[in-house]
Amino acid sequence: MPDYDKKLGAYLCSGCGIGDRLNVSQMETTAKRDGKAAIVKTHEFLCSKAGVEMIRKDIDAGDVNHVIIGACSHRSKVEAFRFDRAAISRANLREGCIWIRPYTDEAQQTTQEMGDDLIRMACAESRYINIPEPSGEQELNKTLLVVGGGMTGMTTALESAKAGYRVELVEKAAALGGWMAQLHKCIPHRMPYANPVATNIDATIAAVNAHANITLHLSASVAKTEGAPGRFKIEIATEYGTSTTVEVGAIVQASGYNMFDPNNVPAMNHAKSADIVTNMELEALAKAAGDGPIKRPSDGREVSSVIFVQNVGQASEAKGHLPYHSGIGDLIAIKQALYFKTQNRGCETTILFNHLRTPGAAGEDFYCSGQNYEVTFRKGIASEVFPGSSLEVQFRDMILDEDTSQTADLVVLDVGMVPNSGPDPYALPLVADKEKGAAPVFEVTLDSILNLEYRQGTDLPHLKHGFTDSHFICFPYETRRSGIYAAGPVRRPMDIHQAMEDATGAAMKAIQALENAGKGRSAHPRSGDLSYPLFRKEGCTRCKRCTVECPFAAIDEDEKGYPQFNESRCRRCGICMGACPVRVISFDNYSVDSIGQQIKNVDMPDEFDEKPRILVLACENDAYPALDMAAQNGIEYSPFARVIPVRCLGSVNTVWITDALNSGYDGIILMGCSKGDDYQCHFVKGSEMAYQRMSQIADTLQILSLDAERVVTYEVAITDIHRAPRLINAMAETIEKIGMSPFKF
Amino acid sequence: MSLNNAMLEKYRNNFLQEVAGNVEQGDWVKMCMQCGVCAGSCPLGDAWEHSPQKIFMMIRANRREQVLSSDSMWMCTSCYHCVVRCPRGLPIPHIMHGLASYAKRLGLAPKSNPTLWFAEVFWNNMLKKGRVNELKLGLSLYFKDGFASGIKQAMAHQKLGINMLKAKRMAPMDMFAGHAIKDIFGLHKMIRKAQEIEAAKLEANSK
Ligand code: SF4
Ligand code: SF4
Ligand code: SF4
Ligand code: SF4
Repeated sequence: MPDYDKKLGAYLCSGCGIGDRLNVSQMETTAKRDGKAAIVKTHEFLCSKAGVEMIRKDIDAGDVNHVIIGACSHRSKVEAFRFDRAAISRANLREGCIWIRPYTDEAQQTTQEMGDDLIRMACAESRYINIPEPSGEQELNKTLLVVGGGMTGMTTALESAKAGYRVELVEKAAALGGWMAQLHKCIPHRMPYANPVATNIDATIAAVNAHANITLHLSASVAKTEGAPGRFKIEIATEYGTSTTVEVGAIVQASGYNMFDPNNVPAMNHAKSADIVTNMELEALAKAAGDGPIKRPSDGREVSSVIFVQNVGQASEAKGHLPYHSGIGDLIAIKQALYFKTQNRGCETTILFNHLRTPGAAGEDFYCSGQNYEVTFRKGIASEVFPGSSLEVQFRDMILDEDTSQTADLVVLDVGMVPNSGPDPYALPLVADKEKGAAPVFEVTLDSILNLEYRQGTDLPHLKHGFTDSHFICFPYETRRSGIYAAGPVRRPMDIHQAMEDATGAAMKAIQALENAGKGRSAHPRSGDLSYPLFRKEGCTRCKRCTVECPFAAIDEDEKGYPQFNESRCRRCGICMGACPVRVISFDNYSVDSIGQQIKNVDMPDEFDEKPRILVLACENDAYPALDMAAQNGIEYSPFARVIPVRCLGSVNTVWITDALNSGYDGIILMGCSKGDDYQCHFVKGSEMAYQRMSQIADTLQILSLDAERVVTYEVAITDIHRAPRLINAMAETIEKIGMSPFKF
Repeated sequence: MSLNNAMLEKYRNNFLQEVAGNVEQGDWVKMCMQCGVCAGSCPLGDAWEHSPQKIFMMIRANRREQVLSSDSMWMCTSCYHCVVRCPRGLPIPHIMHGLASYAKRLGLAPKSNPTLWFAEVFWNNMLKKGRVNELKLGLSLYFKDGFASGIKQAMAHQKLGINMLKAKRMAPMDMFAGHAIKDIFGLHKMIRKAQEIEAAKLEANSK
């Protein structure tokens, strides 16, 4: 924690209607008297060059190092009000006050009270934060580790190498290329989307081999990963028993996929006939044929009729089947049907589809191309394939609504993609205390890919069905392990061109991550944040809540069981801070006090004033912007609300709630992102954690004999601009019904 | 060998190709993506045994007999609802009529289908004088099911008939001979030639 005298300067803006709606000189007095600001100034256009210059002058002169901006929202004019070497606090007088109140004489008084409170709160925050500084522990390492030498991994390596970064590329097999190297041809990715195209894999492999920035490790795997972004230490072990250690700044896991085992669907009889092949096995037959006719494996005869059975064990709840659909199987079938149409003269080619899916650019055109070639598309669900010299496929025709069958020389099964991930650290509930329970912490069912030496397990957490967890909407490549990115089909089923786009995206994110790590800056969503968790070891009870609840496994444990923070793995969500029962975790610019004091510094009218106070803790990622946008749309809400943005609902320490109740707040609303499988929480688990912790608040309320309705938690999306204000108004109505809090002093 | 047998022989197991090669606009059938929009759009849909979507699927599934002897495509009124909605742009009514006429040529069309019957009456009526004799056409329609029901039908539509007479939309003298177009023999020659060309094409196709 930096050691310096705090010099508070409060700068109020009277522009944007603030001066018309609020008594600014009264707020100046509030800032001086209650807020203890040494310097207080007002400008009619604070974000203008002159306004900003006024602030900068005071900072440069050494008169001010803590700046309080009383103007627009925290989210407005961020660039204008960015000052190095100063701590910034904002009082949201525009979106958070005048824009959500009617411009009437009756409303004037409560609006002014709101404005004064916002100034008190911002000044209180300023007094309890410090100017964040990087810890000095960060390192810059411009090398990336890429795990997987398939098309995704090779593309990541090439893109990073071209950008001037060194790459250590680890591939399990003895050669590069992955599945792609086994394909005869690819789905077309350029106009006219009519015919399968060459894979050109040799050119990519040659480029990887030739690039001076890329070091290849074939027949190798990652035996150990320790450290953090900027300072990962990787042990690479080869099949031959040798091992090397490399140091890298960031990691891209492009471990790809495996094919679903068709023997999980016994009726397909894959094992009973050499002529019942999977789509991947067909590629080998087609490759062997070159441009000539494709031959049957059993007797080497030219195939004169073929049936493609789609969706084998996909999107099915049955045991051993895949609960999802790979999405590209129908495009693959069209591609392969065209092998027959162009290489086997007069070959009768039938695709038995259910819901024909042709996603991506090639999609519809490629489908039409298949139809133009007279591939027969039949909507039918196969029930069984009978082996024999002529194979028979029994199916239900979904259009003609009848059971029927068809014979062919060869049957191709469309099997799905299974992600090649390591074991999910959270597959079993974590056992918080190793000593107590003899049970192993994780049950390892899969081979680890990264072998992370992390407190929370060896590999990237899964979302569903074994695919790595990532924030689907906002941060697709970002996993729950900072500095480690997932790309390609390990993230979700996809085709080659999607995987290549993925690879490029992940390369860019990884480069960003290692550069940020070198400067001590956070990755998304608080990108650029220099603060990191500070921890007062003396107070720690070694309860391990922080080490278990950090969604990003940033915290390990030392030999004595004390938490060991790894700042560059940390996303600055504050969830550990919300978890700590003895409140020994804080950040320079965000702490139990910096929020707690804002809560305390709100002026609390007494019980008979009929002016309740509603505390709203709103997630800065979605709920707070939703309220801002409500204000921009002129939607009003109760003047009794006092809104404080929090980094994540998971950072809410229950002590804020008990303190607020004790000091007389009549209602408390927590607004976070949606939780669960389709979560939108920017810190994955924060919102869920908050719900869990708040469920325990009921006891507190009971002890204080307060109604349970006084504390509510909501999932609020960024689009809830009408709903969020309604939730606040609903609380005001509730208070009217159940009465004011008896805890006002 | 009958034309039907010749076609059977030639296309064996591939009705889709037979349709593509011999039915007007039949080449389009392979492009149907079975979305069912036509089936849902056809105002006569309820009256059909097989919707256009289903007929296209039956063609691909080699249900030759079933398709050609079906009366479904004879139900199409050319309202064009399906055409404007088909995402693949299939000229569905054209294919329906093409299938119907192909079935007729092969002698597979359903025998007592009223649409087929009416089409023939219409055609013969028109061919006689080169224009439609509405009075005769109407009467033959009324008397289709015999004298008694014909009188009944005619009585029921009496008012309509009188109004048409008044409006000069029907000429009572047409009852006898009716007036022909200028060069009726020229027309007959033209039609004959066209029919010859078509028949020759099918004949050639069947080889
Ligand atoms: S702030 Fe968040 S990411 Fe960082 S250590 Fe705490 S819980 Fe983990
Ligand atoms: S939550 Fe607090 S008390 Fe518990 S281990 Fe972490 S720092 Fe220590
Ligand atoms: S609307 Fe067109 S594509 Fe859809 S089923 Fe009918 S004919 Fe086929
Ligand atoms: S044109 Fe024919 S097939 Fe199409 S909707 Fe009309 S009646 Fe039905």
